[in-house]
Amino acid sequence: MMPRPGDAAVTHDLPLVEVDGLVKHFPVAGNVFRKPSGFVHAVDGVSFRIGRGESLGLVGESGCGKTTVGKLLVKLLEPTAGSISFCFADASGDEAPSEPVDAATLTGGRLRDFRRQVQLIFQDPYGSMNPRRTIYDTIAEPLAVQRIGNALDRVDRVAEILTLVGLTPASSFLFRYPHELSGGQRQRVAIARALVLEPSLVVADEPTSMLDVSSRTGIMSLMEQLARGLDVAYLYITHDLAVARYMCDRIAVMYMGKIVELAETEELLRHPLHPYTRALLSAVPVPDPEHRRDPPAISGEVAAPVDPPPRCRFYERCPQATSTCESSPHPPLEEKAPGRFAACYEV
Amino acid sequence: MTGLGLRYSTRQGEVRALRDVSFDLARGEALGLVGESGCGKTSLAKSLMRLLPDNARPAGGEVLLDGEGLLSLPEEEMRRVRWRRISLVFQAAMNSLDPVYRVGQQVLEAIEAHGVEETVASARARVARLFRLVGLDPRVMERYPHELSGGMRQRVVIAMALSCDPDIVIADEPTTALDVIVQDRILRELKAIQGQLGISIIYITHDMAVVAEVTDRVGVMYAGRLVELGETAAVFRSPLHPYTEALMSSFPSVSGEKRRLASLSGEPPDLADPPSGCAFHPRCAYATALCREQSPPRVGRGGQWAECWHPLDPAAVPVDPA
Repeated sequence: MMPRPGDAAVTHDLPLVEVDGLVKHFPVAGNVFRKPSGFVHAVDGVSFRIGRGESLGLVGESGCGKTTVGKLLVKLLEPTAGSISFCFADASGDEAPSEPVDAATLTGGRLRDFRRQVQLIFQDPYGSMNPRRTIYDTIAEPLAVQRIGNALDRVDRVAEILTLVGLTPASSFLFRYPHELSGGQRQRVAIARALVLEPSLVVADEPTSMLDVSSRTGIMSLMEQLARGLDVAYLYITHDLAVARYMCDRIAVMYMGKIVELAETEELLRHPLHPYTRALLSAVPVPDPEHRRDPPAISGEVAAPVDPPPRCRFYERCPQATSTCESSPHPPLEEKAPGRFAACYEV
Repeated sequence: MTGLGLRYSTRQGEVRALRDVSFDLARGEALGLVGESGCGKTSLAKSLMRLLPDNARPAGGEVLLDGEGLLSLPEEEMRRVRWRRISLVFQAAMNSLDPVYRVGQQVLEAIEAHGVEETVASARARVARLFRLVGLDPRVMERYPHELSGGMRQRVVIAMALSCDPDIVIADEPTTALDVIVQDRILRELKAIQGQLGISIIYITHDMAVVAEVTDRVGVMYAGRLVELGETAAVFRSPLHPYTEALMSSFPSVSGEKRRLASLSGEPPDLADPPSGCAFHPRCAYATALCREQSPPRVGRGGQWAECWHPLDPAAVPVDPA
């Protein structure tokens, strides 16, 4: 069998989700009654897999398509092409997970089960909660939707999860409203809401980027502990490589709808292969006044991926581009060394 | 700036946004002000510019610009200082540009309003020079804000801040909304411009990495007070205040050894009802009864100082706040 991105993960061998050739195009509005004037290639042939309990980072600049991948994964959007296969965990946890099932084919109870097992945490802890509902209502709602337990059980369950996310004593938080909490506390509520259904995959879209330094570290270590304790896998979407370093086992770097590099975290940070990864890394400021950094070798700015030419998406800005890069299609994501994937002709 | 205070009256009562903040800024110097949201860093910038909302009330202190007191200046005179002596680069570039005017026109208006150029032609030439200075093609002058990327808009805002040859530029989170590659370019450009024009810059940010890279000195703010100030290299090498240490050790880095991130427990205090003694004591690992009861003294070591009863370097000795 062909090696696929992620096969090298040692500790997370059991597959949880496999994404194959995922594509999402958005039409660019033409005139009201006319055909779209073009398509934004938001996600353009993305493949990866996440193992059980593994944390995969999806890193890139704004507009690279990372949030769209997250939305596709939780089925907030339907893909234009490609597939997402998900291995259902047995509810009791005793039996082996199911064979991969195509998420597009799910209906009825199976779809509800998917919605239970795959959860989402948003970036904005202010906008993602109904201001008129108490913390209890917010966290218990998914339990009610999934018809888990009766009202009394739910109070216990919510109190338990609040304690788990560090909002203690739980009784003092149950009936408060979001505006009474700080940003960090709200993000803890969002995590509690995502975890109350004991999911096997959480898609976390920039969960700490709106928080202050001090609460950010708290949320990061909480998410890490919970992943280990509850065996939750993450797709951790962030623009911040330093945060990804602490949260992710592996990192996938996206550029204009494509994964350009994927590797184990420290490997990727120490020896980046793709010229874009190298540029991105060298642009990150370092919290050490004695450290000297060279400017990143990259020119221009990211263009909008509206009907991009078929060649390498990074061609226009790449310091290493050759005539091969100009005349060939976008390079495939290949395994250049064990566990190290890059989409580049020059690597 | 000496002993600056600021209060906001709110429905929750009197909020003491700034208390007894003092520092000096040398010509050509880059000073960083760091702290969490609500620590008073933006209030400080607005006090300097005297651009405060109606419910704000200065509570003592003085700001001297080349010996001239700014807080007592009549508004008319202050308008002469604003932009021509001290200018401001806002965080959200989109909001500080008017969407219906060409960006060049907006910079031109700033120049004309302050009468720094005699003729329209010379003012236009100045705008073109400013655009080149911040790395923009002068043709961009004819474009509207929505036609520009976030990085280009931020450059226009910087050009506007530089338009009247200020002595001091206050940059309030100038790159927070930008991607790292664009951030890197803008920070490098600001640094080069600072050297070229000999201006002083106050960087207001929550990002310790940005502070480490672009500032000469750094001030750490907590609950409306400046709790530590010193040369950036010295503060990073050996912080005196436990809060500074906590801020630094909770900041992740992509390079170097992967160290454990320390997390700071608790939340920043409510400024309507600040804790007694040292405002940081409820979250401080070193706090004692003394810290709960009495305001901490200022202690220092070679130009670096902190307000703390138990500084991290025992060699720090009491210093006179004046």
